[in-house]
Amino acid sequence: MIISEKMKKTGFNNVHNQLGAKLVEFAGYEMPIQYEGIIAEHKAVRESVGVFDVSHMGEVEIHGKDAFAFVQKLTTNDVSKLSKGKIQYSSMCYENGGMVDDLLVYHCGDYFMLVINASNKEKDLEWMKKNVFGDVTINDISDETSLLAIQGKNSLKTLQKLTETDLSKIEYYNFEFGKIAGEDVIISHTGYTGEKICFEIYMKWEEKMNEKIWNAIFEAGNEFNIRPIGLGARDTLRLEYAFRLYGNDMDENANPLEAGLGWITKIDSDDFIGKEAILKVKNDGLKRKLVGFIIDGKMVARHGQEVFVNDKKVGFVASGSPSPMLGKNIGLAYVDTGFNALGSVIEIDVRGKKIKAEIVKTPFLG
Amino acid sequence: MKIPEDIKYTNDHEYYKLDGNVGIVGITDYAQSELGDIIFIDITAEIGAEVKQGESLGSIEAVKTVSEVLSPVSGKILEINTAINDNSSVVNEDPYGEGWILKIEPSNMDEVKNLLDSKAYAELTGA
Repeated sequence: MIISEKMKKTGFNNVHNQLGAKLVEFAGYEMPIQYEGIIAEHKAVRESVGVFDVSHMGEVEIHGKDAFAFVQKLTTNDVSKLSKGKIQYSSMCYENGGMVDDLLVYHCGDYFMLVINASNKEKDLEWMKKNVFGDVTINDISDETSLLAIQGKNSLKTLQKLTETDLSKIEYYNFEFGKIAGEDVIISHTGYTGEKICFEIYMKWEEKMNEKIWNAIFEAGNEFNIRPIGLGARDTLRLEYAFRLYGNDMDENANPLEAGLGWITKIDSDDFIGKEAILKVKNDGLKRKLVGFIIDGKMVARHGQEVFVNDKKVGFVASGSPSPMLGKNIGLAYVDTGFNALGSVIEIDVRGKKIKAEIVKTPFLG
Repeated sequence: MKIPEDIKYTNDHEYYKLDGNVGIVGITDYAQSELGDIIFIDITAEIGAEVKQGESLGSIEAVKTVSEVLSPVSGKILEINTAINDNSSVVNEDPYGEGWILKIEPSNMDEVKNLLDSKAYAELTGA
């Protein structure tokens, strides 16, 4: 593996090397794609608890008197529903309704924190700066922030040993400022695995302190056979719950409605960038929709492969992978209206072979 | 990374283990490690068929990616390992043993001679 010297390292890079992780470049960072193997790691999260270094994610603070108005204008979900300590899944759109990114909005009292995708950081910041108004300061803290995700049914019991904060009181999509292993952190009840008991811990980027927290978590989780989890299993875990991945399942050509994200789009409330275009899509009717499918057989569909019905091209695969829990091959595909009903059979061109798949309800698990 | 000394290798990370007239084809330890968890071996070549060096014999599906298996030599397909159909992880665990893929009788010994030896393959993979 050739690792360029310019690649950024997270505060856990030494740990990954010591653990013998397979490291790859992702969004400019040297990140662990896997440790012992994707399937074993996937099952560790579903059965007990796993820890992900996701420090490559971007964090942007929005300060100022007009912070609320700006975030409300910038993002598609309704920020007025948030209060201090609450988190919202949302997206940003261009004027034409195409998606800039999906993100989390943290209400921190007198400011907001937006958590954005690593590979979109520069583009997102540019978009924010282009649309900023009033008394607003945009503060990119990505390079000084580390992030660990601790996911799975034993994540709470593991972390509770390391903090005074009563973790059972933090509801899903809520967060608190607190301490883990004596260090200042944000404890967020969120995740990208579908596990209901799931935490994400934001902390300052500081190697020694980050390693201390990692080691404390692994010591606390030892009795639960806690495992480190790479980005490979992060992808298979999220797909079992049909969580969207920007770049695969949505991009600047997709609007939130066809991506199945109408529930984070406040078309009946305040204005936001892209609202008019999205309203028009809603009134005209969707041309296509992101749907889940299960493949009949052992072949795996991959991003970009074409979807057919009776030899007519009706869409393409957005995401595809095996589901370690179902033992079947699953995926998400954009399929044209008229061909995307639940129970319909589609054919996917997998390297020249037409493979049958059935359109099913999502999430695939749960 | 295991690179047995008594067998030959290709630039595409297949190995060829010749014993008399029968050569075993599989993927190397390096290849299985790069692919990660293997979930399905789809051999499209058929027993009795003549194949050319570099021709696709089928594909190996891993969780994250898929890779073609290219024939290390020209020759005739003698046998396909069906035991790996329902237990493809054995290709990860034991690529040079139980995880072999198929057997080919070579038709051109010069091709066999020109394959990489273990030293050259170790250099190729940076081992």
